[in-house]
Amino acid sequence: MYFDAIAKIVAERTGCSVADVKPESRFADLGIDSLDTVELLMNLEDVIGMEIELDQKVETVGALDRFIQSKQA
Amino acid sequence: MLKGKVALVTGASRGIGAAIALELAARGADIAAVCRSGREAAEGVCAQCRERYGVRAEVFLCDVADGEAVKETVARVRAAFGTVHILVNNAGITRDGLIARMKEADFTDVLNTNLLGAFHMIRHCSGLFLRNREGCIINIASAAGLMGNAGQSNYAASKAGLIGLTKSVARELAPRGIRCNAVAPGFIRTDMTRDQENAPLLAGIPLGSMGEPEDVARAAAYLAEADYVTGAVLRVDGGLAM
Repeated sequence: MYFDAIAKIVAERTGCSVADVKPESRFADLGIDSLDTVELLMNLEDVIGMEIELDQKVETVGALDRFIQSKQA
Repeated sequence: MLKGKVALVTGASRGIGAAIALELAARGADIAAVCRSGREAAEGVCAQCRERYGVRAEVFLCDVADGEAVKETVARVRAAFGTVHILVNNAGITRDGLIARMKEADFTDVLNTNLLGAFHMIRHCSGLFLRNREGCIINIASAAGLMGNAGQSNYAASKAGLIGLTKSVARELAPRGIRCNAVAPGFIRTDMTRDQENAPLLAGIPLGSMGEPEDVARAAAYLAEADYVTGAVLRVDGGLAM
């Protein structure tokens, strides 16, 4: 589960509260654009110490969490 | 002034790349001099950077056409210098020939070094630029990429590609304060143009003479410092491609 880590970075980036970030939250609705997503992934890489090759479009926080879990499996 | 900045310059062992490394060093930048071969020449360039300008300068051997090698090289530069602020994609080769006789490998080799090599470098440095919230990319294109050149369809295609790459990257990364520009040199006196200095060629250049590597280097240094310039293609060609 990387949801908490993602939510923390999203909150830091957008200035919203961590509690406002839900698994079903869409990045676009949170004010996160595609370049932000790339940066978010880089920050996550630093946190979890793993390289993440994002080779598909992820639209929600939960989808990104599942994507990273699938890469780790 | 570029004091405190780290500049990664590819193809830095000689010609335009060596001149750019020296010019950026003269303005205070530390230099990561990348070259595929010619370590000795590159060591000479770095020694000059250190002795004349008191900056740090190190050689990194890397074939820019090899994505994995580029990734590893950028990591080594990061380990040695901490980060990269300025990336100069200068490494380039020619395999001239008429299109009717050109071998596929002559085309792909040139594309792989000149265009794909720049892609690899930008790809692997962009993470550093995004983290730093600053960065400057300078791609050395060519007048051939603007106007074409008989016998250089491969080279001209790679250089025209660099210009499209430059403008797209400039648009994509501008929101993060990262700039990307190109320099388009004309006929510059280097090993690459050794056999080309002749009367008909010079007659086509409005200023009437070949340029020197230092002319291109000064243009690159200008772009490194020009905070409000991105997506530009700066011709340094004596008027050749206007």
